[in-house]
Amino acid sequence: MLRENHRGFKFDWITIVLFLLLVVFGYLNILSASHVGEITSYFDTSQLYGKHLIFVGLTFVLIVLILSVEAKFYERFASIIYLIAMLALIGLFIFGKDVNGARSWYGIGSMTIQPSEFAKFATALAIAKFISDIETNMKTVKDQLKVTAIIFIPAILILLQNDAGSTIVYLAFFFVFYREGLQQVYLIIALSLIVLAILGLKFGVLITAIIATLLLASVYFLRKKNRGSIFQYIIVLIVCTSFSYGVKLFYEHGLKPHQQNRISLWLRLEKDPAKLERMKKAEAYNLIQSEQAISSGGVTGKGFLQGTRTTGKFVPEQHTDYIFSTVGEEWGFLGTSLVVLTFVLLIIRILYLAEGQKSQFSRVYGYGVASILFVHFTINIGMVMGLIPTVGIPLPFFSYGGSGLWGFTILLFIFVKLDSNKINEW
Amino acid sequence: MRKLLLLTTVILVGLVFIARLFYLQVYNSSAYNIFEDTAIRKVYKYPKRGYVYDRNGKLLVANQPSYDVMVIPREVSPLDSLDLEEFCGLLKITKEDYQNKLKKARNYSPRLPSPFVPQLSKTDYAVLQEKMRKYEGFYIQKRSLRSYQTNIGANVLGDLGEVNRRIIKRQPYYKLGDLIGKQGIELSYENVLRGVKGIKFIQKDRHNKDIGPYKDGIFDTLPKPGKDITITIDSELQAYGELLMKYKRGGIVAIDPQSGEILAMVTGPSYNPNLLVGRERNKNFSRLFRDTINMPTFDRGLQAQYPPGSPFKVINALIGLQEEVVDIDDKFTCRMGYYYGSRRLTGCHHHRSPVDMNAGIAQSCNAYFVNVYRRIVDKYDDAGKGMNIWADHAKSFGLGNYLNNDLSVGRKGRIPDGNYYDRQYGDNRWGSTYIVSNAIGQGEVEATPIQLANMAAAIGNRGYYYTPHIIKNIEGDTIPSKFKTPKYTTIDKRHFEPVIQGMFDVYNKGTAQSLRIPGIEICGKTGTAENFVKIDSVKTQLTDHSIFVAFAPKDNPKIAIAVFVENGYWGSRFAGRMASLMIEKYIKGHITRTDLEQWILTHSLENEYKKPYSGEPFKINGETTLQVIPEYGINSNSKDINFKN
Repeated sequence: MLRENHRGFKFDWITIVLFLLLVVFGYLNILSASHVGEITSYFDTSQLYGKHLIFVGLTFVLIVLILSVEAKFYERFASIIYLIAMLALIGLFIFGKDVNGARSWYGIGSMTIQPSEFAKFATALAIAKFISDIETNMKTVKDQLKVTAIIFIPAILILLQNDAGSTIVYLAFFFVFYREGLQQVYLIIALSLIVLAILGLKFGVLITAIIATLLLASVYFLRKKNRGSIFQYIIVLIVCTSFSYGVKLFYEHGLKPHQQNRISLWLRLEKDPAKLERMKKAEAYNLIQSEQAISSGGVTGKGFLQGTRTTGKFVPEQHTDYIFSTVGEEWGFLGTSLVVLTFVLLIIRILYLAEGQKSQFSRVYGYGVASILFVHFTINIGMVMGLIPTVGIPLPFFSYGGSGLWGFTILLFIFVKLDSNKINEW
Repeated sequence: MRKLLLLTTVILVGLVFIARLFYLQVYNSSAYNIFEDTAIRKVYKYPKRGYVYDRNGKLLVANQPSYDVMVIPREVSPLDSLDLEEFCGLLKITKEDYQNKLKKARNYSPRLPSPFVPQLSKTDYAVLQEKMRKYEGFYIQKRSLRSYQTNIGANVLGDLGEVNRRIIKRQPYYKLGDLIGKQGIELSYENVLRGVKGIKFIQKDRHNKDIGPYKDGIFDTLPKPGKDITITIDSELQAYGELLMKYKRGGIVAIDPQSGEILAMVTGPSYNPNLLVGRERNKNFSRLFRDTINMPTFDRGLQAQYPPGSPFKVINALIGLQEEVVDIDDKFTCRMGYYYGSRRLTGCHHHRSPVDMNAGIAQSCNAYFVNVYRRIVDKYDDAGKGMNIWADHAKSFGLGNYLNNDLSVGRKGRIPDGNYYDRQYGDNRWGSTYIVSNAIGQGEVEATPIQLANMAAAIGNRGYYYTPHIIKNIEGDTIPSKFKTPKYTTIDKRHFEPVIQGMFDVYNKGTAQSLRIPGIEICGKTGTAENFVKIDSVKTQLTDHSIFVAFAPKDNPKIAIAVFVENGYWGSRFAGRMASLMIEKYIKGHITRTDLEQWILTHSLENEYKKPYSGEPFKINGETTLQVIPEYGINSNSKDINFKN
């Protein structure tokens, strides 16, 4: 409707305003989080905030480029784009550069590029392309396996590069699959598995098994009709128990010590106070600092560039993954709830637009965008506030870094372009 | 349905986040306080504490630097055994001490500084300083400690001690490890003497390194030095009083009646103020404080509240004259006491009879004053009314209530009024004969030595006094005007002359004849107060307290004094001698009555004080023998019967 009133501007301006709000506010916080001493020039590229300003500037060039390409290009070349992204990920094993133990970057001169940030939109395009294919039926196991393969390839590659955080993001596509016809039972199974894993870790396999037995028994006795064979229930029980046991084994032997500790801290598994103290020192330092910084902001915050913990760089990685702590300290509850609200509105807006798309490709892709943004938003802010275990992924449009900013911008603006095209379908 | 999964999850997550943020930032967050911000290092610079001078400009209390080793437990990194041994060696503590102190500091707060080893000596500090950077989490805080230039006046000067948590809670100015006045003028003039700490806010980074001043130092302050003060004490007179008080327990308070300035404030036994400085302070203080037998921290000049005895008779004489119930020439018979019908209400000693006012005071006749007192109380039909009028007069001499001055301790004393006895006996179920002890300063009347000295000053001034105080001058400031405003008694000026003449005759021909100081006209009054203690819950009488109140010279007095010696027996025996010597010392500057001085210095009451604790039966008053100090050359016990009350 709006688009008809403004014939000259056919792009969804609500999405764009929300995007701009995040990028500008993000830049201000990066400025705060990264400056050391006096700020002599905002364009000082020896400083992180100077670099980020350039990234932001280039972002607008990128947006113009994306919007000027014809919409059908993205559908047509989705597979190719996906292929290039996968090759880029594979290339890392040969040409990549190690940073903090993860082999996720290409080094070009003083610049670094992180292909995993671009693999996200490429995967979203590929998924949209595959699902919107007339021959695809998400209810069949064959196609379910195929979409799983599409997300598993980048996920595995990224995991092999030692970037577990970015791997988790690919779980986001579950929302897309579910929207596009994946059976309800998968949702139930997924939720059950999460509950089983947490119960098993927190209370032990035996108690989990007892709870599962009680639940299954009550289902069996309450269901007068079609209760099925008792052996089915026993098999489910065995599967549940073995899964729970498997998770425990994986937790104890499959995880790296720091990952183990993060989960242990989150679920409060450690009882020995001395050990807990040591664990907190090693693993929860970031979290404690970040929570303190957020708390110290109070309702209105200490003011732009006035955060004492931000200035003292108390929160490690405060310009990247922990940027939200700077928002908390300097802008207070007003600032943080504004950011949360902006993200929620942006995601809802994308969902709303996606549902209104005529082409299935656009809709699936829109859903992919919303899901990816949602997972980043949830994990990042949840981690910074101590609600979920520490997982290192950036806050979209907010965290420092060119690859991240551009990756998310491309992701979002391909959808803005697709959306702008929905009245004059080709 | 399928469309709603992600939408509801997004909204749910948004709500959870807002709730969590509300909890962290609104509900769980106190208003920003820079002092609780661990990102900001607070560096305190302690100001010089004000010096204390005596009335003649002699420096009594100065400062010396002291170095506290402070610890921030969170920042301590474990020391290897060699470093630990060296560190403990430098601090002169054991390894167990090290662990215990660290634990204690951590219990207080892991992130706030606590004193680890307070008050290092200068030499210890010099050695330690060079190695300090090896010990992370520890630093040295420079402070200033008191340096007493004298061994006297511990009760006057007071001392400094570390603030406790209760004080910190009430007055956030103080931080753990800070020193605060605990007694004496250090306590009462704490705010003047201490100055104001300077503070520097420094932005730290996460490695605890300083990265620069916080907000360019706009909140930083410089220390404001404490103000020097001059106190009214004459240190020579004070020292002489303490010398006289040796081997006795009691108090001396001397006041300049023309200004209310306290010239000397002696309590015995006392202690050396230097005991309460430095690392041994707490140990020494608890030793002094727990000495419940000698009670050296109990200021007998200010806190010993007893029936004043005979000196109080002059007040009754003044009230009698003011109420016009007695004339100076009225004579009363004394038959070795006062008889009500055939019942003797109070005894007396041997003297001529009948006596008028002058002889009544000079001879300290009990019967005379019971008569006067009964006339005052019975002036009206209602004894309660008479008693109230009497109490108002007595209270106008600063008795029966706090003096409201600048001393850190004090007692109210007691002047009973009509209500008091109504409560005691029931409304109107008492009469003047019930309470005649008040006539001679016994019974329910109680006062402290400083109140008695002030009373003497008011009499010497013929009807007014200045609130006794200890501050003479504050650097760059004025002393409170309440100390410069005279307070008038309810007695007309004209009534004082005959009473003063009576007090003069105490020296001239009365109970203190033998204490006359050549060239000084002293007016005084002896007193003897019966006293009792409970030994194994049996009320037991001890030897009387010796009391003396005086002022001199008779006209335009320069000194008013009250002396109180526990178990010294009659008034002129100890207290009278000491008062006369103090007066001579102050007015002449030297002692001519060396015989009196010699007697005081060579006679001890310590045996007397041991009696109640000996567990054996003992004798009191006239049946006792005085202990003589051998080192003064007199080697025999002298039975002392020369002075009569």
